[in-house]
Amino acid sequence: MAAHGYDAVSDAPPAEIGEMELPHAHTWVGKYVWSQDAKVIAIQYGITATAIGLVALVLSILIRLQLGFPGAFSLIDPSSYLQHVSMHGMIMVVYLLTALFLGGFGNYLIPLMCGARDMAFPFLNMLSYWIYLLAVLILVASFFVDGGASGAGWTLYPPQAITEGTPGSGLGIVLMLVSLIVFIIGFTMGGLNYIVTVLQLRCRGMTLMRLPLTVWGIFMATVLALLAFPALLVASIMMIFDHLLGTSFFMPTMLTISEQRGHEGGSPLLFQHLFWFFGHPEVYIVALPAFGIVSDLIAVHARRAIFGYRMMVWALVAIGGLSFVVWAHHMYVSGMKPSFGFFFATTTLVIAVPTAIKVYNWILTLWKGNIRLTVPMLFALGFLFTFLNGGLSGLFLGNATVDVPLSDTYFVVGHFHMVMAVAPILVIFGAIYHWFPKMTGRMYNGPLAQVHFWVTFLGTYAIYYPMHFIGLAGVPRRYYAYGETAFVDESVMTLNAGITIAALVVALVQVLFLFNLVWSAFRGKPAGSNPWKATTLEWQTPETPPGHGNWGDELPVVYRWAYDYAVPDAREDYVPQTVPADSGPATVRDEKPLS
Amino acid sequence: MMTVTLIAIVALMATFLTWIVRQTINVQPWEATSTPDDGRGRLPSFLTTPRVGLIVVMAAITSLFALIISAYNGRMMIGSDWVSVDIPAILWGNTLVLVLSSMFLHLAWRASADGDRGAARVRLLLGGASALLFIAGQAVAWMQLRRSGLPLAVNPASAFFVLVTALHVLHLLGGLVAWVRAYARLEGASEPRRAEAGIGLCTIYWHFLLGIWLILFGLLLIT
Amino acid sequence: MAIAVALILLLAASVLFYFLSPWQLLPLASNWKAIDTTISISFWVCGFVFVAVVLFMVWSILRYRYDERRRSGYDPENKKLEAWLTGLTTVGIAALLAPGLIVWADFVTVPEDAHRVAVVGSQWHWQFRYPGEDGELGAVHVRHTGPGNPLGIDPEDPAGQDDIVIDEPVLRLPVGLPVELVMTSRDVIHNFNMPHFRTKMDVLPGQMSYFWFTPADVGEWQAICAELCGIGHYAMASTIRVLEVSEFDEWLARQPTFAQLQALDPGDPESGRAVYARCTACHGDRGQGNPATNAPAIAGMEPWYLRRQLQLFKEGARGTAPDDQYGAQMKPFADMLDRQQMRDVAAWVHGLEGSAGSATISGDEQRGRRLYRTCGNCHGADGEGHRIRNAPRLAGTSDWYVARQIRNFRDGIRGRHPQDPYGSQMIGMVQYLNDEEDVHDVVSYINTLGAAATGSGSTSAGGE
Repeated sequence: MAAHGYDAVSDAPPAEIGEMELPHAHTWVGKYVWSQDAKVIAIQYGITATAIGLVALVLSILIRLQLGFPGAFSLIDPSSYLQHVSMHGMIMVVYLLTALFLGGFGNYLIPLMCGARDMAFPFLNMLSYWIYLLAVLILVASFFVDGGASGAGWTLYPPQAITEGTPGSGLGIVLMLVSLIVFIIGFTMGGLNYIVTVLQLRCRGMTLMRLPLTVWGIFMATVLALLAFPALLVASIMMIFDHLLGTSFFMPTMLTISEQRGHEGGSPLLFQHLFWFFGHPEVYIVALPAFGIVSDLIAVHARRAIFGYRMMVWALVAIGGLSFVVWAHHMYVSGMKPSFGFFFATTTLVIAVPTAIKVYNWILTLWKGNIRLTVPMLFALGFLFTFLNGGLSGLFLGNATVDVPLSDTYFVVGHFHMVMAVAPILVIFGAIYHWFPKMTGRMYNGPLAQVHFWVTFLGTYAIYYPMHFIGLAGVPRRYYAYGETAFVDESVMTLNAGITIAALVVALVQVLFLFNLVWSAFRGKPAGSNPWKATTLEWQTPETPPGHGNWGDELPVVYRWAYDYAVPDAREDYVPQTVPADSGPATVRDEKPLS
Repeated sequence: MMTVTLIAIVALMATFLTWIVRQTINVQPWEATSTPDDGRGRLPSFLTTPRVGLIVVMAAITSLFALIISAYNGRMMIGSDWVSVDIPAILWGNTLVLVLSSMFLHLAWRASADGDRGAARVRLLLGGASALLFIAGQAVAWMQLRRSGLPLAVNPASAFFVLVTALHVLHLLGGLVAWVRAYARLEGASEPRRAEAGIGLCTIYWHFLLGIWLILFGLLLIT
Repeated sequence: MAIAVALILLLAASVLFYFLSPWQLLPLASNWKAIDTTISISFWVCGFVFVAVVLFMVWSILRYRYDERRRSGYDPENKKLEAWLTGLTTVGIAALLAPGLIVWADFVTVPEDAHRVAVVGSQWHWQFRYPGEDGELGAVHVRHTGPGNPLGIDPEDPAGQDDIVIDEPVLRLPVGLPVELVMTSRDVIHNFNMPHFRTKMDVLPGQMSYFWFTPADVGEWQAICAELCGIGHYAMASTIRVLEVSEFDEWLARQPTFAQLQALDPGDPESGRAVYARCTACHGDRGQGNPATNAPAIAGMEPWYLRRQLQLFKEGARGTAPDDQYGAQMKPFADMLDRQQMRDVAAWVHGLEGSAGSATISGDEQRGRRLYRTCGNCHGADGEGHRIRNAPRLAGTSDWYVARQIRNFRDGIRGRHPQDPYGSQMIGMVQYLNDEEDVHDVVSYINTLGAAATGSGSTSAGGE
């Protein structure tokens, strides 16, 4: 793979559009460990994120065992329960979803879909992965220190995060904060690459409006991340100061069993503002790549141009912009100035409009399509249903008044799991099945993938949908047990046991998924270079899987957008982006009225 | 409380979004062409890839310092315990040194562009040395503050003082890594112009950090 | 086609679940009918969109399923359709937002005639304060907190002198009168959540927060903590008792003011010595206890704890459960004492120096140490006990007695009585000690704490 002489290309395009020198490695370690190839880095990100994600999955099972069968496991005491809850949340949101979407899919797909040889700064890109790994290791270390991992909830609100009475308030929380800081530094190096690659290294003819929505989604998410992560960075550093140096940024005067602490006058709400200034865009950092990817899955497998591409792009951009002015909708009952509620409820509900447009356009892409119910398509449909459900319940919580009785109940747990856990994860699964043939050259095992889809989709719905209703009935979240909460009905316990069983089944079937991936990577049927008959560039590579440098001797040249499916009078029902307009019988220039 | 951040973020996002909209409005994306039409979406040629990278990094750093300033204002307004810090006089000197550092780098950049290796080398070294001097000066300021008897733990103003200056110094240290690379490049290159891009990047970053410092210093002075 | 069927079935099940599930909003106990209305509006608007979109999606999946002889329609966009959809969505959003904002304005605006009650949250219980006759709440600060002043009322502030301090998690309110709860915390962030009243708000240290409502009916409800506040979060509840106005006024008039509490005689050990004569038969002359009479060691116990337990016995909140035979033995002795005698005898017992004697229970101390980490959050890492957590000393007490009380709590023999909120809290806390082995392990670890901690701890804040 290392042997291409890129310098020898006769018809070499100008250097600034993507021709670059690549650091070719010659040893196995250089190719697969200290690799600067974005595709290898992507897989490294993927494996690491999956590994730490499995830890979070096990933690969620422990949480469910306690909730479903309270009192059955004496080693899940209140402390470890809170630690499981906190670490589960933090790992899933930051170390799994963010890392997998941006570090994993971003690295694999951006250079390929833009028609670039690699990322703009391969060395920094490599560094980004290793720093991410370091962050993961620091986080894992916090499980083993004295006092254990932090049990402050993933929101890490001070004062409790660094006050006795909360598990892991000693070393655990410090390691958590350090890990986050390291993660953010590493992410910045990666994010820099994703943005610059999209802006600078697109191949000839690849205008912005010809980019697949996947790239748009990851690109916008990265923009958000680079502007929002600093808030978490600042908050983490300030909390470390408070904890280790005794400053009072967030820490007010308080009385605990070790008498009054030295702190005075700090503002816990200040932390919440900083945290959610990061925390809300974070939701979209996870959601926007999912939006982008699912658009492509739907277009390819429904064999139809994505409906309203321009609206889709602007909706992504609008959601990204608006996501910076909605953060305090997490704080309606936080004791902040009540008048903020008017502003934030309004901005929050306004953001529903571009989001709704995206949902309509996905469904209008199905409409009049020619829908192949492949496994990636099943996951995309599962996403649509789940996301619709979770998005609509978000309209409850975004509305300040409605949020008052529902906040901090299982309604919230149900909502955010639907919208930012299950929905993006379904997209991740769909995307993995979709691009698996490109990454390995082989097809996954169909029946196993079908089982995986059905159990995951139906199982997660059974887990999270009923949660909204026990939340409506007031059942509070982050409770170790409900014994002394008089209004929590016995029927809730029965439901909780049921949910736990569903969770166990869903967790088990993920083993099947991993087995399918590993087995198919070696034994699957050869898939060919473009099994889905897709138009985008990654399916037009000279080799499958693509080699280092992606494109062989010549960079691709693009003549059309990413969605030329079922173009009237074209020979096939798809026209790859690399086919010039005059090569086929016809292309469509006029907007056709809907009939 | 978050006004400063909002203004900064809105400004950054507005620039970015305007550009995006300009690139995407009035485009019929579904129109195929027979030749690759390249113009659209390309950044102007003086924005080389490394410079775009630097701009992205500076945007993130802008967000970081805007957030710190927001937190600073927020905490100052809430707490009755805020005791303004007597700004150590040495900060004026440090500021001057940082201005000089920025200036030297700028001159080094010019020299490398003119192909004058000797001048570039001297100015680059002077620029780096004055940056180090600035950092040392900041350290002296911390020690003076500590001796003046306002420990971190008691006064949020002094805690913030240390926090913002330390973060600024950390970013400058990051810049010095790039500075070392630029210097090595200047020494190793057959032709000083080959080091121009690297020195240029350092210079832009230095000016940026100088700007941040002036804002932070102003903030420390007026509160 | 399985997916179309599955989506239709899920949709039907989701809609039916809304109508048939046993989990609905709790019966409303306040004026906030409007909040329930906004929830209903949200359900109807969102439900309509959900059903419509899913039906269209399913229809599309069925109608446009794959057929290799057919091609998809090619219409990259349709501005008119998109404009219509955007417009309709905006209308829907406005329909949700407008009522929401109107009710929010109401929710955050306290009526002029509302009376005020202060709520104080701390790890892990609730306390309350009424303004007294001057109608004004006195200033408070954490630094004033201490013996006899659990809420930290500023002793210099005249407005605070007639404040009425309720040091138990029971909030009493008059029916039909709007009330504003002004809330603050002594340590971490809590949230005073009254689900039947549809109100909740975080309770922050160093800052006041508030909400208002009007209790609609006489009766008893529960408030809980809704902001994660550490390991006792799930056991931090309060009773809300809504009374007839006259009954409430009468109750309030009976409560001692802050000034009166301050002036209260802390108890005279010498008088207590005479009272204690009745106790020696079982508890021993030096308070060392006696396993044979099932009497635990009480020497050195914190006076506040002794007084509370004596009061509970006397009120019938302890020692009256059918299975509590040993508690039943204690009750008649407590019945004999009046409040002053209780204070005196507690002061005397506090000064006794009898020792519980050697350990009677052994178990795996290492395992016990891990199990104890939950207990240590209130009872202290050395079992020294903490007044501000309402947690008595464990170190140096009779181990067999501690083990029995753990079992009693776990099995609901102790702590079920409505007058014993801290007992109820213990029921919640000991649930993870499942079997005899767990109890033995944790008690054997407590045994190792014995020598180190005796006598300390009670000097900590509030060690009255």
